[in-house]
Amino acid sequence: WAPLSSSPHTNSTTIMAVEFDGGVVIGADSRTTTGAYIANRVTDKLTPIHDRIFCCRSGSAADTQAIADAVSYQLGFHSIELDEPPLVQTAANLFKQMCYRYREELMAGIIVAGWDKRRGGQVYTVPMGGMLVRQPVSVGGSGSSYIYGFIDSKYKSGMTKEECLRFTADALALAMERDGSSGGVVRLAAITESGLERSVILGNQLPTFFSA
Amino acid sequence: MALSHVFESPVPGFNFENSTRNLLLEDALGEGKSNAPKPLKTGTTIAGVVCKDGVVLGADTRATSSEVVADKMCAKIHYIAPNIYCCGAGTAADTEKTTELLSSNLTIFSMNSGRNPRVVMAANILQNMLFRYHGAIGANLILGGVDCTGSHIYRVGPYGSMDKVPYLAMGSGDLAAMGVLEDRFKPRMEQEEAKTLVRDAIRAGIMSDLGSGNNIDICVITSKGVDYIRPYQESEYKDNRQKKYKYKPGTTPVLCEKVVRLELELVHETVQKMETS
Repeated sequence: WAPLSSSPHTNSTTIMAVEFDGGVVIGADSRTTTGAYIANRVTDKLTPIHDRIFCCRSGSAADTQAIADAVSYQLGFHSIELDEPPLVQTAANLFKQMCYRYREELMAGIIVAGWDKRRGGQVYTVPMGGMLVRQPVSVGGSGSSYIYGFIDSKYKSGMTKEECLRFTADALALAMERDGSSGGVVRLAAITESGLERSVILGNQLPTFFSA
Repeated sequence: MALSHVFESPVPGFNFENSTRNLLLEDALGEGKSNAPKPLKTGTTIAGVVCKDGVVLGADTRATSSEVVADKMCAKIHYIAPNIYCCGAGTAADTEKTTELLSSNLTIFSMNSGRNPRVVMAANILQNMLFRYHGAIGANLILGGVDCTGSHIYRVGPYGSMDKVPYLAMGSGDLAAMGVLEDRFKPRMEQEEAKTLVRDAIRAGIMSDLGSGNNIDICVITSKGVDYIRPYQESEYKDNRQKKYKYKPGTTPVLCEKVVRLELELVHETVQKMETS
């Protein structure tokens, strides 16, 4: 009979985050795989770290969930000590510290995005290996390779929140079309000073493009 | 006890020294000479479904040791708390001990805090522990229960990943069971419909997977209580024993009987009073 699959669950993924004036838009697909089997087709890869800070997870599901839990705890403690909402840069640095120190044991590619009072909407990417860099738009996961051209050609600074949402949805739909490890639904979230708006685009409502 | 920090050195408990010893022995004895006994795996089908007022968990009852059925009536639905049960697939010892550890931790927590444990707490404790062992504990678990926040099902993988979904199947028969669940699952089903669905999903696993078989156990958890039906459905392929294997008294003839008294001498006697208040 088929051997009990004991390979780790991976979020081979497409994740994306875009800054706009006043906040950020983040998006992800919803597929978690164990080998060739889709273990969860409705995964939520957009994980809250704090009230206005989220992270998009790609790589090993177990590793990224554990890192996100640890950083949430550290950031929450820091915020209580400070008596102030934490900075996105702080959250990003906490992720970087953990991902860099344990870089040999972990398989995690994380995009940290959120809003804070000092610098507004920010996107920081912490890929595998533990680098940290701020980018106005960032993509990650196995599906990201297929959409770098789309991102580079279609991105312009000064987009509104709605334009960013449409841009993210289009990019994710294109990646899910081409990457076998990405699929399911598109989960989107817009984080601004006033709060959080989450939405889901179901499989049959995804934007369509030319298919051969 | 719920851990307050994530990265700490492992406490005494599970000890994997024997795995290194087994590897050394296998190398020393040479190829094909002698293998370490294979761990008992429950090649399994387990499933769980969230229904209108609660949660329905189901499992087959076959435990295999390589190709031999080691236990035909194995219990794969483990007690965690009065309102939380857990189905386990993977290495039988690991699922058994992990769920026992979880159950005792949650009991202590209940006594200390005066609260009933929540399903999400059980899932988090499991996740933290399994992540610490980096997949060495081969436990694939479906946690299901009803608490003050509602009815939930969680899946916890051996590497420490957690998923929250309305319906779930795991084990070697999960592909077949998942097919049935994907076809007929509807949100907020009635309890009887959910029991039939889970039974059919397990049955699909039993029919299509060699590692699953024998009877089907069902556990229904609602806010009013737990109905652990074991077995919910017996296998239609049961064999009848041809003979009885008990021997009548007197089958072995007694030839002679000799009684020898052992002479014991009382050398020293002390009495210690126990402090009782």
